[in-house]
Amino acid sequence: MSRYIIRRTLIAIPTLIAISFVIFIILDLAPNDPTGSLPLTVPGDVREAIREALGLNDPFFFRWLKWMRQMFINEPLNFIESVFNISIGAGEDRVRIVSWSSRSPVVDTIIQRIPQTLWVLGTAFILGVIIAVPVGVISAYKQYSAFDNIGTFVTMVGYSVPTFFTGLLAIIIFSVWLGWFPSFYDTTLEVNSWETFVQQVKQMIMPVAVLALFNAAALSRFTRSSMLDNLNEDYVRTARSKGISENRVLTRHVLRNSLIPVVTLIALQIPGIFAGAIITEQIFRVNGLGQLLIISIQGGDVPMVQTLTFIFAVLIVFFNLIADVTYGLLDPRIRYD
Amino acid sequence: MKTTKWLALFGALALVLAACSPSDDDATATTADGSTTETTADAGTPDTTEAPDSGMSAGEGGLVTIFQWQAPSIVNPFLSGGTKDLLASSLVLEPLAEYDPSGQLVPALAAEIPTVANGGVSEDLTQLTWTLKDGVVWSDGSPFTADDVVFTYEYCTQTTSCTQSSFFDGITSVVADDATHVTITFDAPTPFPYNAFTTYQSSILHKTQFEGCVGDELAPTCTEENTNPHGTGPFVVDEFLVNDTVTYVMNPNYRGIADGYPFFGSALIKGGGDATDTLRSVLELDEGDYSWNAQVTPEVVAQMEAAGFGTVQAGFASLVERIMVNQTDPNPDLGDQRSEPGNPHPFLTDPAVWQALSMAIDRQALVDVGYGPSGRPTCNIWPGAPYASPNNDACLTQDIAGANALLEEAGYVDSDSDGIREDPDTGDPLFLLYQTSTNTTRQLNQDLIKANWAEIGIDVELRNIDSGVFFGGDQASPDTYQAFYADVEMYANESGSPDPQNYMSGLGTTGQIVSPANNFGGSNIARFDSAEFDALAAELATTGDLDKRIELVIAMNDLIVQNGAMIPLIYRGSASGLGVDIAGVGDINGWDSEFWNIEIWTRTG
Amino acid sequence: MATAQKTVEQEHGELDAVGARHRTLWSDVWRQFRRHKGAVVGLVLLIVILLGSYLGPFVYPHDPFAIDISVANLGPSLEHPMGTDNIGRDVMARVLVGGRISLSVGITAMLIGVSVGTAVGILAGFFGRLDGILMRGTDMFLALPILPLLLVIIMLFRDSLREIFGPELGIFLLVVFIIGLTSWMQTARVVRGDVLALKEQEFVLAARSVGTRKSKIMMRHIFPNVLSPVMVAAALGMAIAIITESALSFLGLGFPSDFPTWGRLLFDAKDFIQLAPMRVVWPGLLISLTVISVNFIGDGLRDALDPKLRSKG
Repeated sequence: MSRYIIRRTLIAIPTLIAISFVIFIILDLAPNDPTGSLPLTVPGDVREAIREALGLNDPFFFRWLKWMRQMFINEPLNFIESVFNISIGAGEDRVRIVSWSSRSPVVDTIIQRIPQTLWVLGTAFILGVIIAVPVGVISAYKQYSAFDNIGTFVTMVGYSVPTFFTGLLAIIIFSVWLGWFPSFYDTTLEVNSWETFVQQVKQMIMPVAVLALFNAAALSRFTRSSMLDNLNEDYVRTARSKGISENRVLTRHVLRNSLIPVVTLIALQIPGIFAGAIITEQIFRVNGLGQLLIISIQGGDVPMVQTLTFIFAVLIVFFNLIADVTYGLLDPRIRYD
Repeated sequence: MKTTKWLALFGALALVLAACSPSDDDATATTADGSTTETTADAGTPDTTEAPDSGMSAGEGGLVTIFQWQAPSIVNPFLSGGTKDLLASSLVLEPLAEYDPSGQLVPALAAEIPTVANGGVSEDLTQLTWTLKDGVVWSDGSPFTADDVVFTYEYCTQTTSCTQSSFFDGITSVVADDATHVTITFDAPTPFPYNAFTTYQSSILHKTQFEGCVGDELAPTCTEENTNPHGTGPFVVDEFLVNDTVTYVMNPNYRGIADGYPFFGSALIKGGGDATDTLRSVLELDEGDYSWNAQVTPEVVAQMEAAGFGTVQAGFASLVERIMVNQTDPNPDLGDQRSEPGNPHPFLTDPAVWQALSMAIDRQALVDVGYGPSGRPTCNIWPGAPYASPNNDACLTQDIAGANALLEEAGYVDSDSDGIREDPDTGDPLFLLYQTSTNTTRQLNQDLIKANWAEIGIDVELRNIDSGVFFGGDQASPDTYQAFYADVEMYANESGSPDPQNYMSGLGTTGQIVSPANNFGGSNIARFDSAEFDALAAELATTGDLDKRIELVIAMNDLIVQNGAMIPLIYRGSASGLGVDIAGVGDINGWDSEFWNIEIWTRTG
Repeated sequence: MATAQKTVEQEHGELDAVGARHRTLWSDVWRQFRRHKGAVVGLVLLIVILLGSYLGPFVYPHDPFAIDISVANLGPSLEHPMGTDNIGRDVMARVLVGGRISLSVGITAMLIGVSVGTAVGILAGFFGRLDGILMRGTDMFLALPILPLLLVIIMLFRDSLREIFGPELGIFLLVVFIIGLTSWMQTARVVRGDVLALKEQEFVLAARSVGTRKSKIMMRHIFPNVLSPVMVAAALGMAIAIITESALSFLGLGFPSDFPTWGRLLFDAKDFIQLAPMRVVWPGLLISLTVISVNFIGDGLRDALDPKLRSKG
């Protein structure tokens, strides 16, 4: 297994370089422009000068290599410097990746966004898993019971009604009619007392609920179907006939064998936490990484989009590796050759 | 040119500017509540520094919350990416002079508006001398001087990525005569010399702070300076979260503090969401005080206003929603030559067709459905007094029968009875590809206009394009408003200043026709080609007499509207949602920052 | 041990099928499918929705495109059962017509996404040699920034497709292709995970050891056993496709803005949620019902196609 992990890690490097290259091509071709949201009163020659100054007219390869250098050398060095408070070489001359819209280092902005993203999306993810797995297991175990049918209905509605609608509905009900929760998320709130903690919980409830419902829907469906497959297996019958308790059959045998799709989906959802939830963040004004990404795409802010998507790619590759390793632990027969 | 004529201009300009003030007085009167000060008196009167004591102590009002769904990215106007950033900087930085909601220039950091009459403008109109207010200090306590003004000029002109560099066009030098006098020299007589250092787009930077930030290499590295500039305005940035939230606290060195300004001790701009979300926060939930850019369907606005926490108000400047009529042929078969001058459009250059197109539109319906009180039907590209043309108002009433008759007469008949007229020359049906940016209101208006045009036998295909692409200007994209690979397109445009010269000339002169020659950066989007218009624009650039200028602008407006290059639809106001308990805002300012007078805002009740 | 029995059973079923495939296989499936109450209800529901969308507009008297501001924002009435929108168009007429694009796009894009995902998943899981390249490709598709990718695709292909296939079919193909292209990865990874475990089970090893061709092993032994996640992916994919279609039209890709689809109707109505709540409910309900019916049909199909369950029944 350890040889497999080492091999996969080594393959990850060229994979990520290739991904970064493809992303760069797409962003280069994409017709968004950093001067796009300037008032129309700003004349064309000024716009052209801005593009020139941003380096948009430099050769493609030059820009990509420049970004690679900043991403893999300058930013890590700078990170080490700031964490350990030391200086390595000529730190002042190292050019960091700078956003075209805010003119500030993109990595700093990304770090600024992590707290609210983790609070909201992280909680929603955990809540989603906590809801989805038991619901999936019980639905499968009691197939076609009232619980299963209601669960199917709720999860399917939760998945098929887009979050732009469920989010709005939540605001209308809980902010406008009941007045329980604020309609927007205050990112400047510092949790340092019981009151502020309550405030934080209040502003998180709606976005977390909307996202958790959506996340749980897919996960519970796959859990249910996988459980059903395994419940029909002969080994379950064998185990039961041996007199093993039902609980033990379920948890030891069926659940363990049903977890592969669950692990797969979780490995797909964790990077999603860092990618943010664009629509939900917009509606509740959470302004996490999802909102940052969409704003940067709309504003043609190539350095920001490139860096965000690349970090996302790293997480995807990493968590898919974790998933593959977990398969081996769940089912020792799985071998990679 | 005789100097007497120039003199006359300035007399006249001053008169017009002054003439605007009564209406503004009315506006302030409606919102005044004792604490409101008159900041918009006639030119030359200093602003709040010498305004009466507010009777309150500065900062006692606590927090004012502003929702700006497009969140600010930077607080430096010269590196801004749009109005969202300029607004954020206007709480901190100030220009020498600003426009009030009526378009009148009022002093901010300047002691008075220079004119020929007061000796501030040279008689040949090539030099302008600003006199600065005495005793103004930056938020760090250091004095504001003429050097800062000169530095601001150098900063922008030496940094090619400066988005506001067109404000300094035509300037040969900016010199500090002494600590309180700055002289600007132009390369030619300039009838309207007030662009540089006025409005929130051209505010003054602190030289000591920004000295190390000049040029394209250094400007982006100054993150601290760009997000927390020293200012002379009522607030300074306390915390800046990129594209999210800006929190401000009162500037401890603000010159109005002794008189009780600003009333609010801190301010917050929260970004994110969309126009409806933020408006709901102010109007329905009372979660904030001001919701910027409230372009929301009128019925929804009315429903929100019913909650009683706030209203939507609109300030009208020069923003006009219009349909551009492509004078060139966008047929894809032409390849590189599509929408290029030299390939006239097969039927849109025919007066009968574009007149019919304009007559068939029910403009009042467009307003009712999409804009409500923040829009008015218009038939002019420049709709505001004193430059508004009186000659085109016939289009305000929809005339389907007249439009049909016009087309019949010109030979566009429906020969195959499919409901679509055919072009008599080519036999092709009249088909229009009609594009605009993605925006709920625009799509509603598109639907209505398509129905109007169906009634006169013209077939329309609608297309909506992501606004980041449509207004993006990427030359490789076929979907920008400049490329104009469509027969007609709809968007709004406005003048950067109450003086129409630059804007009106840009709309229609042949040199500005979008083409590879100007890197597709021209501002004549309709590809309007008229020697007569060029001549009028040239005359306007050298004409000083105000009456004559008005005459010329009206002639340009009429030429471009009556020759079918543009179909004006709606005179749009800048709409914003305002909490009922906020006083002193006055009319929404469409010419300058909507927060231009935030120091005199107060909270009642 | 347990799976060894399965092998016998499966081989047995196979032998049965060889003798009487034409007569029994599909009728067997159908018989089994009919026993599944949910599946039958789902099928009936889907047929009703399909008929409503494709035939409804011919029967229903109102024109979905007719604008009449004088009757804007009406509530439900006999004349307008679902009311009118804010420029006076009949909502029911639009909901009926809207189903056409939503359903066509939803079903086609879902089929593309699920087929690609299943194929990639099975190939990657079954052939260790392909696993690396296919899964790294999947990683790449997962990582691509969707919005810029869409904008690039629009820019590069819209006009040429429009020319070749005409405005409507061209846009349809593009939309379906884009949604399929961007939605297969989850299916691929889930299927692959299952295949990795399946291919080490005794019945597959047994089939291998008796020299069964790999393609046959995949079709006969692997595919039926990954049907459950595939059916789930189909129902979920349908929901995603219907919503994505409307998101595309905001980018200036999808169908022209005046052409109603359920996703678009839902989006346009959302601001009117307090003024005219029913305007939002109808398209939302129809999307949900469609997805739920596809889900139940999937459940029934899965049960019906599972040889183990079928022989049991």
